[in-house]
Amino acid sequence: MDRRTVLKGLAGASGLALTGGLSAPAIAQGAAARTLRFVPQANLANFDPIWGTQYVVRNAAAMVWDTLYGIDSSFQPQRQMVESEEVTDDGTTWTFKLRSGLKFHDGEPVRSKDVVASLSRWAARDPMGLMLKAIQQELTAVDDRTFKWVLKQPFPKLLYALAKNNSPCAFIMPERIAQTDPFKQISDYIGSGPMKFVAGEWVPGAKAVFEKFADYAPRQEKASWLAGGKQILLDRIEWVIMPDPATAAAALQNGEIDWWENPIADLVPVLKKNKNINVDIGDPLGNIGSFRMNFLYPPFNDVRARRAVLMAMSQEDYMRALVGDDDSLWKPLPGFFTPDTPLYTEMGGEVLKGKRDLDAAKKLLAESGYSGQPVTCLVAQDQPITKAMGDVTADLLKKLGMNVDFVATDWGTVGSRRAQKTPPGQGGWNMFHTWHAGADCINPAPYTAIRANGDKAWFGWPTSAGTEKEVTSWFEAKNLDEEKAAIGRLNKAAMDDVVYAPTGFFLTYTAWRKNVSGVTKGPLPFFWGVTKTA
Amino acid sequence: MLSYILRRIVATLPVMAIVALFVFSLLYIAPGDPAVVIAGDQASPEDVERIRQSLGLDRPFLIQFGSWVWRLMHGDLGTSIFTNLPVSTMIGQRLGPTLSLMVITLLLTILVAVPLGVVAAWKAGSFIDRAIMGFAVFGFSLPVFVVGYMLAYIFALELEWLPVQGYTPLNQGFWPWLQNLILPAIALGCVYIALVARITRAAMLEVLQQDYVRTAKAKGLGQGGILFIHALKNAAVPIVTVIGIGIALLIGGAVVTESVFAIPGLGRLTIDAILRRDYPVIQGIVLLFSFVYVLVNLMIDVTYTLVDPRIRY
Repeated sequence: MDRRTVLKGLAGASGLALTGGLSAPAIAQGAAARTLRFVPQANLANFDPIWGTQYVVRNAAAMVWDTLYGIDSSFQPQRQMVESEEVTDDGTTWTFKLRSGLKFHDGEPVRSKDVVASLSRWAARDPMGLMLKAIQQELTAVDDRTFKWVLKQPFPKLLYALAKNNSPCAFIMPERIAQTDPFKQISDYIGSGPMKFVAGEWVPGAKAVFEKFADYAPRQEKASWLAGGKQILLDRIEWVIMPDPATAAAALQNGEIDWWENPIADLVPVLKKNKNINVDIGDPLGNIGSFRMNFLYPPFNDVRARRAVLMAMSQEDYMRALVGDDDSLWKPLPGFFTPDTPLYTEMGGEVLKGKRDLDAAKKLLAESGYSGQPVTCLVAQDQPITKAMGDVTADLLKKLGMNVDFVATDWGTVGSRRAQKTPPGQGGWNMFHTWHAGADCINPAPYTAIRANGDKAWFGWPTSAGTEKEVTSWFEAKNLDEEKAAIGRLNKAAMDDVVYAPTGFFLTYTAWRKNVSGVTKGPLPFFWGVTKTA
Repeated sequence: MLSYILRRIVATLPVMAIVALFVFSLLYIAPGDPAVVIAGDQASPEDVERIRQSLGLDRPFLIQFGSWVWRLMHGDLGTSIFTNLPVSTMIGQRLGPTLSLMVITLLLTILVAVPLGVVAAWKAGSFIDRAIMGFAVFGFSLPVFVVGYMLAYIFALELEWLPVQGYTPLNQGFWPWLQNLILPAIALGCVYIALVARITRAAMLEVLQQDYVRTAKAKGLGQGGILFIHALKNAAVPIVTVIGIGIALLIGGAVVTESVFAIPGLGRLTIDAILRRDYPVIQGIVLLFSFVYVLVNLMIDVTYTLVDPRIRY
């Protein structure tokens, strides 16, 4: 072969390219009228809200699948797909009737058998679902619109379980999809909600598209969070994944996107200066920052060492590291429950209030027997929240005279290593940082992090008999007063035993262009009622 | 030469096999667990274990590796742990944007860097030479993301000439396709232009000392003809080599560029897959990149025959 042969070959290859050999996939489409371009908090990497419990999946799923009940902005469960319910006097037999006219996206009616299959799959993965499953006698379809749930004992929080917005939500899917093993991912996305998922345009990591479902039958009540009439006023919603916050900020300013779910605090001043952009708190329930100490190994297997850390830590230091000088974005949190919600309490939280006493903390730490052994502190550097908190903790521990083994790593590694129960020097750990959505901390039902049942508890495996006793009290409470009393005692017990260390309560902004209206505050972005003008 | 090309293609197989084994082993021993990421924060250890089992991640290394190789031999790159989509589909979705970005960057580089290098060599020691080489050092030193942000700020936000981000496929129009790629290509191309310009200058300086160049000048040939027809052609072999080797730079740079300009390409897919420990996707992409790199080297060798007819295989 010589030069001429190669030239001929190249000419052929060019021809192939021009005639479509290198045709590009359809990734973007022209902006249609009534199309909202939204930048979510994270990549929609999978789309099974039962299999994958990430919040971004839940948020997308809330458009595509409806629920039997929906939580409203006053934290009350309201009927959604259900028309009526009856419960026997002993509280063990619930009979539900579905609304008429409910349809799946493939045109099939929503039947009781779909609900039974959906609830069974959900109950295999959800903490409250597991509690229900443990006391379930039977869950059966009576007819196409009626189903019955018989329990061995009353479960006063049943409607809350079906309505809650914490992941996984009890979404209703067609029976054939809901029969998928809850530990395997679904691949069919026929939904029951007001928007259809356009699977053909889904490019994980880049784009997800939702279109209005014309046959959806919304309730007549005004929409309130996951409850009420989910009126969709847009034809199409495009989720555009943008890993770089600076790019998202520029795209919002340039009008290339309409709504950015969670702009970072550093960029908010720039957005606030733009006359075409609205900036406001997105989720009033915010987040609770935390670090957890491992109860299995020294030094934090001794409650005095854990208390010493609480005595010395300054929540203001943590929050300023997180949100900067914007005082409207954080609050001190001498407790474990979300501020400004019905069950919020500061009972037992004195240890986190007032001037920090480093000397007393050092003394208590010494009494615990700490003698300079390394404290393995896991800090995910790819998460701005954990990175900021980790730096503050390292400084705090050093001030306390502790020997810090600072493990700077990524979130994936923290997620894996924190599950290790081996000693810190053998792949285990002493501390790691995380945060909890405020929506998960309004009561003990979705609040896995507050549980303190030792080996069965969340990472760190805290043991606190007092905490567990009051969790049970809350589940059994029959009214709000009883609930409040139980939560007060729970908060004190958890603080006394230092189930974990709350680093403060913080909020985040959301930003949208002024030609978009109907954006409401809530624990997830709600698209019903949102409109856009040209 | 055909047999040479075939031999080279066959020779890629052991290379790919070694890459495959290396990547698989590395991922196996790397910390992190996709089951933990999938299960979410609220999951119990039992849930995580069940997910791990359903994904086959609890099986011994050799069985996992053997099963992956077996599927690979049947043309199946596997299925993404997270998206449940075939890896080949995911790569196919992302190939267009990355290929477009690389092609535009490559064209931009050749059109800018080669003339700059030639002019710098022609005016060696002059202010023009120093200015061009100064630009080259500047371009080489600036991180891609800094150039990217600067370009986006000036040309998208301030002047509003070009979009900040995104990608439009070629089948939706040439200009929409191109306008999304101009800023990323400049950002990505900066380092590449600097590198190629410096190599072109060095190669040209050597060639311009040759007797035949002096002869051409003595014959009264024009400067343009001497530089671009006679000298550049003979300086082309090292330039082509650097352009080829620079493809690796482009692949690395594309990861950052695609993030800064929100281009849904293979670079972003790689980062996402690594952060989530999506093993099948990581393996598929690394294999693809390795194959591309081997192929580019083959193309460079073939290109030598174009620029120097004395080279035959």
